[in-house]
Amino acid sequence: MADPSSFAPPSRIVVAGASLAGLSAAKRLRQLGYSGDLVLIGDEPYPPYDRPPLSKQVLTRRLSTDTTLPQPRDLDIDWRLGVAARGVDLTARRIDLANGDALDYDRLLIATGTRARPWPKPDEASIDGVLTLRGRDDADRLVPRLAASPGRVLIIGGGFIGCELASCCREMGLAVTIVESERVPMRRALGERIGAFMAGVIRDHGVDLRLGAMVERIEADNAGAVAAVMLKDGKRIGCDLIIVALGAVRNVEWLEGLGLLTSARGLRCDAFCRALRANESPAPGVFAAGDVAHWPLVANDGHLVTVEHWGNAVEQARMAAHNMLAGDITGMRIHQHLPDFWSSQFGLNIKCVGLADSAEEMAIAQGSVEGRRFLAVFGRKGRTIAALSINSARWLPAYRALIEEGAPFPPIEGAVDQPRMRKEAAGFASIDT
Amino acid sequence: MKVVVDLNRCQGYGQCVYAAPKVFQLKGSEILAYDPAPSDQWRDEVERAVHACPVRAISAEFDNPPVESASTE
Repeated sequence: MADPSSFAPPSRIVVAGASLAGLSAAKRLRQLGYSGDLVLIGDEPYPPYDRPPLSKQVLTRRLSTDTTLPQPRDLDIDWRLGVAARGVDLTARRIDLANGDALDYDRLLIATGTRARPWPKPDEASIDGVLTLRGRDDADRLVPRLAASPGRVLIIGGGFIGCELASCCREMGLAVTIVESERVPMRRALGERIGAFMAGVIRDHGVDLRLGAMVERIEADNAGAVAAVMLKDGKRIGCDLIIVALGAVRNVEWLEGLGLLTSARGLRCDAFCRALRANESPAPGVFAAGDVAHWPLVANDGHLVTVEHWGNAVEQARMAAHNMLAGDITGMRIHQHLPDFWSSQFGLNIKCVGLADSAEEMAIAQGSVEGRRFLAVFGRKGRTIAALSINSARWLPAYRALIEEGAPFPPIEGAVDQPRMRKEAAGFASIDT
Repeated sequence: MKVVVDLNRCQGYGQCVYAAPKVFQLKGSEILAYDPAPSDQWRDEVERAVHACPVRAISAEFDNPPVESASTE
């Protein structure tokens, strides 16, 4: 279906979401020569800032929580910070802001990201000493709490943020408990085998790691401060600070009922980063990028994914920027990004390329698990789809190239420094195919 | 100034640590920790780090315009 107006070059581009994706799109638009109006809307009062340091060196090295991203001087952006986007009129091509302002757009990029999933019981979530960590304000609240040397920090959720926080706590000499409902930490991203390896590392560093455990309720003392959690199995753990690390919720509520295809998994878009309407046709002039986008990953048989990683936020935003200026589909490019992420915790550098979570089998391809320095490869239908390195990051680019060319699984055999490879079950929760 | 490192790209070569030890540190064998908002007094060091990185993973912007552009030396 042709959209005649999309052939005219845009004169006003509005970006909803002023974080890594929003800034990356703005930079790319200017690089590509776009000289029209460029508006960035952000619900937080801060210019775009980086999140990964907030769960790492900002805490342990007591650095400023000002992680503002470097920004070229000449972007010429009309900033609307501290005001949330409230709705979109797809027909009038207008976005409404929470302060009553309305902005017409020729192109709109939706990059409103995610927020921390709160503890589900509001009366317990509001107890003094129950925090989450997602943004700069969260970090500002957390830093003095950790500096006050709480007797025990309890982290609800053993995903990446929870484990990175636990690592920071141990580095600061604090007693810490992780309560995780799965059998291993970080299972969704790492699988059973690597997750079990990490469980050993985490315990070796003195973390009280409770697996297969769930928090039933959070208890306050008489002064209203957090005192303990009661687990579902009846055990009680005393603590002075609780950090809820239960993952993220996508910021799509403001788009509901406006004709766009949204769900708990995000805003649907196609491989060209075009946001889709309820009938799965592209909404004229509307694009999506970053954590909020729910998109088909070409490298994974077109399966729909949501990728909450730094690298995708940058690459998808850059592709959306390109396609916003491309006119019609013949000038657009497909977002073919191979997802990647890193985490650092407990002295280990964890890096991954590809989405391992649809893997059927895995093998240790380099190094040794016992030596805590290895590279694991993940396979699906005979092809290598992901590689994960533990303190072996320099191996990763070679495997990235193999994954991109669709190499068989396992991809490299018989290397001199390679252990005898043994294929194992990947150990992810069953994936619908 | 503001600094960000693309840690997907970083391979832990540690050249930035030699160039600007007050801003970049290696923890363990290959974890790079850095100050995202270092003092402008480390500007020359950070510029050296940006150029020394073999995989071009470091971006930096300075709070004040470069002084060189105003001078005639």
